[in-house]
Amino acid sequence: MVLLIQYTLLFASVLLLVALGGCFSEHSGVINLGLEGIMVMGALGGALMMRYLPDGTPAALMVLLVILTSIIAGMLYSCLLAISAIHCNADQTIVGTAMNILGTAAATVIVKAINTAANPDDVSSTIQYVSAKKAFLVNIGSFEFNWFMLVAVIALVLSYITLYKTKFGLRLMACGEHPQAADSVGINVFKMRWAGVLISGLLGGLGGIVYITCGVSEWKFEYGVAGFGFLSLAVMIFGQWKPTKIALAALLFGFFRALSNVYFGFAFLKNLNIPSGIYNMLPYIISLVVLAFTSKKSRAPKAEGIPYDKSLR
Amino acid sequence: MKKNLLKNDGVQSLIASLVCIVLGLFIGYIVLLFINPTGAGNAIVTIVKNFMTYNRPQAQLKYMGNTLVKMAPLLLCSLSILFSYKVGLFNIGAAGQYCAGVALALYTALGLGWSWLPCMVFAMLAGALLGCISGVLKSYRNVNEVISGIMLNWITLYLTNMLLTKVKEETSPYTLVLNTTNPNAVLPSLGLGKLFNNNQYVGLAIPLAIIIAIVVLIVLEKTRFGYELRATGYNKNAAKYCGMAEKRNIILSLGISGALAGLGAAMLYLTGYEQWQCSTSSVPGMGFNGIAAAFLGGLNPIGSIFSSFFIQHITAGGAYVDKSMYCSQISDLISAIIIYLCSFVLFFKTVMNRGIAKSEEKKARLEKQAALSANTEKGGDN
Repeated sequence: MVLLIQYTLLFASVLLLVALGGCFSEHSGVINLGLEGIMVMGALGGALMMRYLPDGTPAALMVLLVILTSIIAGMLYSCLLAISAIHCNADQTIVGTAMNILGTAAATVIVKAINTAANPDDVSSTIQYVSAKKAFLVNIGSFEFNWFMLVAVIALVLSYITLYKTKFGLRLMACGEHPQAADSVGINVFKMRWAGVLISGLLGGLGGIVYITCGVSEWKFEYGVAGFGFLSLAVMIFGQWKPTKIALAALLFGFFRALSNVYFGFAFLKNLNIPSGIYNMLPYIISLVVLAFTSKKSRAPKAEGIPYDKSLR
Repeated sequence: MKKNLLKNDGVQSLIASLVCIVLGLFIGYIVLLFINPTGAGNAIVTIVKNFMTYNRPQAQLKYMGNTLVKMAPLLLCSLSILFSYKVGLFNIGAAGQYCAGVALALYTALGLGWSWLPCMVFAMLAGALLGCISGVLKSYRNVNEVISGIMLNWITLYLTNMLLTKVKEETSPYTLVLNTTNPNAVLPSLGLGKLFNNNQYVGLAIPLAIIIAIVVLIVLEKTRFGYELRATGYNKNAAKYCGMAEKRNIILSLGISGALAGLGAAMLYLTGYEQWQCSTSSVPGMGFNGIAAAFLGGLNPIGSIFSSFFIQHITAGGAYVDKSMYCSQISDLISAIIIYLCSFVLFFKTVMNRGIAKSEEKKARLEKQAALSANTEKGGDN
């Protein structure tokens, strides 16, 4: 039971972080389908940091440095989206998809190159961080508290305040609803959209490192992040683009995802004898059903996905 | 006045695609330089050469055959992407529809022992069904087709693994060998294999894929149905206003798109070229490479034939790079870069058109000036 709660919270943290990232980008008017790729890049940055930091590094410093590299990696990668979508009027769906494929391919190539350089016989795309991972964990009884859960909560609070209580957030949302109107009162739409995309890169990168450190202590980068970026988008739509609702949606989805990890710990679930494939499918099936019922009255930002054209003002 | 060749849309698409390829290869080269500067040049040449790496012409022919065998499914996947894109939909679910095609083609062939034609039809139906689910969700429930496509991809992957575990070899995670288990289900060779140094995998799939590309072109460009689809893609509301059934069109186009992807899977797996690994943990990349091929081909079915050959060519070429320095995924990286660059094609065309317009304007102004000055000179004579 404790294990189930622990995993639910961990997966919910990932979904929450990434969905908040998507939320910022969409509120500024850019659809970010590349979150999956951004997660992979953030995960890669963090994993490399963990690998190269010496064993004796103090835990606090370790946590800080890993988070920092993931954030930077995610933000740098999100520039690919910003440049093409904001300045070159590119189709945001294609760019996002390209970024997802590119992220996994690039991460695989980079990790393999590093592994092969270290040991010519090693052609795997796996990074191990067994000892480094311990820095993130604090045991409270049998519950393994992970610092990232706290990070996710902080991100939630900060996102809420930023979006609804600051000048910046309100302006950002204006650019996603009616950029021409925003521009006419002196808001720089391009700058705001850059900010939105960069924040989504920040949160996406962070979500990536959380994802690959929960439950496992090595990651094979050929797998990417198994559709988690898209699950997060489903969470965001289910949460109606609002941080608080997104948090609740993330908990729900996190629960079903956690179930596939720990279902064999429950006697009655084990006795049902359902193949593990079904549990693996659950989060995706649930998200499809949920989307089918919530997308109809979608509260999506009105101008999302449309490149800003100043001449339409 | 002679029409400027550069203003032709087809020519522009071709130039844009070539620029994408060259830039993609160049960026790939730079990545290789970073990994290991000594062999980078060699590696990129190897990737571009693919089967030409072999010295003997027989071996070249045989491996060219292999490239063609894998080009057929890729072409179908790219047609699948292209077909739905004409209706303004981005069918990223092609990867899952392809996967469903694999599942049914192999299960009907190995488990039920059917011959190749019904196997193929069932693979198509499986893909079409998945496509229709996305279509219904899109048109009636307003679910973004990209997100529903991705979710269906993962669901299909797990279902495929579960289904094909029933027809797998006892000792390995792979499905039974098709050629020995059920030779009836192997696609007929039509004597084409002999042309490629007795490559047993070359057969019906390749000409069929090319014919389907032409059919898709005709359907999209020359029929009323295709016109309606394209009209729906340009402006959904206008199409609805004109009395076109826009919901039906969305579902149909995603269904057809799914059928194409499913058929592509049958074209590869019913040759016996590959076996499915029942512990596969990610959706096959064929559907995603199809995106690259579709956009690289300028969203034209005939263009797709060439672009899917090219993408398959470099993907296969990736297998020949020096493994002590690089990994074969470098060609995945290159095709990913190409997809990214393809998103700039529209921008590129706009810039090109603006450039042409500017130079024409300048020319017209000069001519006008020349005429004017000629006039004044004439006036001076008087």
